[in-house]
Amino acid sequence: MIEEFRILDCALITISTGEQAQNLRELRDRLLVTHPGSIYYHFWGVMLRHTYVDPEYQNDFAVWASHALHDHIIAERLSLIDPNEHISIEDLRREIVEIIEQHLYEKEHVPWARTGEQFQFTRSQIVVFDTKQKLTTPDGFKEMIPRLPLGSIFYHFIDSRRRTAESRNDFSIWLSYFGDSYSELIDRLDNIDPYFTTLGNLRDEISDAFCRFNGGE
Amino acid sequence: MDNLLDNYAGVVGYEIIDHLKQLAAPLKGMKIVHVNSTKEGGGVAEILNRLIPLKLELGINASWEVIEGNSDFYLCTKKMHNSLQGDRDDISEALLKNYEETGRQNYEQLRDKLETADVVFIHDPQPAPLLSFANRRKGKWLWRCHIDVSHPYRPIWKYIRKFVESYDASIWSLSTFTQPMPHPLYLIPPSIDPLSEKNIELPLDEVDSVLARHGINRELPVITQISRFDRFKDPVGVIKCYRHIRKSIPVQLILAGGGATDDPEGAEVLKEVKDFAGDDPDIHVLELPPDAHREINALQRGSDIVIQKSLREGFGLTVSEGLWKGKPVVAGNTGGIKLQVIDHYNGFLINTSEGAALRIRYLLKHRSILEEMGSRAHQFVLENFLITRHLREYLTLVVALLHGSDERIELELPGNR
Repeated sequence: MIEEFRILDCALITISTGEQAQNLRELRDRLLVTHPGSIYYHFWGVMLRHTYVDPEYQNDFAVWASHALHDHIIAERLSLIDPNEHISIEDLRREIVEIIEQHLYEKEHVPWARTGEQFQFTRSQIVVFDTKQKLTTPDGFKEMIPRLPLGSIFYHFIDSRRRTAESRNDFSIWLSYFGDSYSELIDRLDNIDPYFTTLGNLRDEISDAFCRFNGGE
Repeated sequence: MDNLLDNYAGVVGYEIIDHLKQLAAPLKGMKIVHVNSTKEGGGVAEILNRLIPLKLELGINASWEVIEGNSDFYLCTKKMHNSLQGDRDDISEALLKNYEETGRQNYEQLRDKLETADVVFIHDPQPAPLLSFANRRKGKWLWRCHIDVSHPYRPIWKYIRKFVESYDASIWSLSTFTQPMPHPLYLIPPSIDPLSEKNIELPLDEVDSVLARHGINRELPVITQISRFDRFKDPVGVIKCYRHIRKSIPVQLILAGGGATDDPEGAEVLKEVKDFAGDDPDIHVLELPPDAHREINALQRGSDIVIQKSLREGFGLTVSEGLWKGKPVVAGNTGGIKLQVIDHYNGFLINTSEGAALRIRYLLKHRSILEEMGSRAHQFVLENFLITRHLREYLTLVVALLHGSDERIELELPGNR
């Protein structure tokens, strides 16, 4: 028997790691050793932290490179890193470090930030709690998704990627227990890019996938 | 009181309130005590004024205690405040001794409440020594720092640090404000209360009548800075900015502020400001009592642009207040202001009086951009800087603190999938 799908919610609390970088080389050095949760936070935590999306840069490292180092070349390169393409945080860490090292190799001078504009490494603790809402069949999702809190979207669609063995969203995993009946919907959900967007927009995209599968608009 | 949460739901939506209720569920009945040094005036008192009733309505046994001291105590803590923000202001041994003795006396007064509390929040340096007397404490103690301590005057920070490092954790408004500590450093920006007298929607005729009472001409643009008369808020720099603008656009300036009971320097700075303003009839320097919240609200709503030309700022709640009223804010590129004003999006970040004048002239000449920025300003605060977000983070923090330093805390979850 397939277990019911319980809707969970989450909240993040941010913690300073105490590490900071004044220039690009220091950023590279700190990145090599910082807590994996810090790298995760600077890519994904921003989605639960703010609803404002910087139209130019998608992660905190890129934003800092642009606004504090005023080095738009490295900012653009860092911004294009898609964390979804990396199987683990360690893999993502290697990619960021590689890009920075390549840039340092090409530059004559190490870009510096002014005092007070150092990169501050932070990480988070996630508190997960039960909303008491649950589904026994997938039919209810169409109605439920648009009303889900943004914390639930984060938990089931983003946090799931580092929590589950398949590195996938919770909806697809649960739907796959029903055999092939939902394979088209699962494909749609799996193809949603959770990066380069806000949680509100992500909720709309997920809702749209369920609606279209159920013959809606 | 019964419907406080419902009232907030009317502003932020029921989704946010349900979220708070679920986070608060495991904390029901828990005794949480906040301690600071002033009941009115200043951002800390404003936040606590509403945070406590909200926690109570969520079923948490929350209370707020205020420590008391003599004039030397407030002189000492004002110097500490300035020194932690970077002023080189030495403090005599006698004042420090009085500071510690005041802490001891207040601890004796509050002993029962503090020793039986599950969680104690100590706000800012004034009550920081209380923990050193709490040998029989039961709960977790947190030090909440509302000040920018990024470049402190080291001898004074070294003195304060010895009290602060024994806490179980500390809370800071921004990561750049932090100092190394042997405990977790949580980051929680403060917030404004949309239902307080200072921020609630006002009828237009009330706004008009407040401005008329102060002799403001509604036909001319108004720029306003609301803040205590404090050198870090640079009120003289605001007048310089106004004079630059006046060369090309007729404009009126309101500089309004109330005093906080723990700020003995206010009168001195106010005199400097009045002297500098001279007899210009379009500069309105208003001394307001600490409870003039509705009046401040009206002044902000009656303004075209809000200015906050701080040189140093802990957070600068007046920025979010201005943004909430749909006004673009032109503000100093410092501290927590950088978190609230997104340059060219909901206002402008500036470094000089000239820079502020340039941006204000631009907005006054491009009214459609002013309106567009104002609309984004309101939405930005709705989503990021209201007290409901602040409360959510405090609740999350308490839950996290009670569960240790694990990266993931799952509250009595059933087996899922």
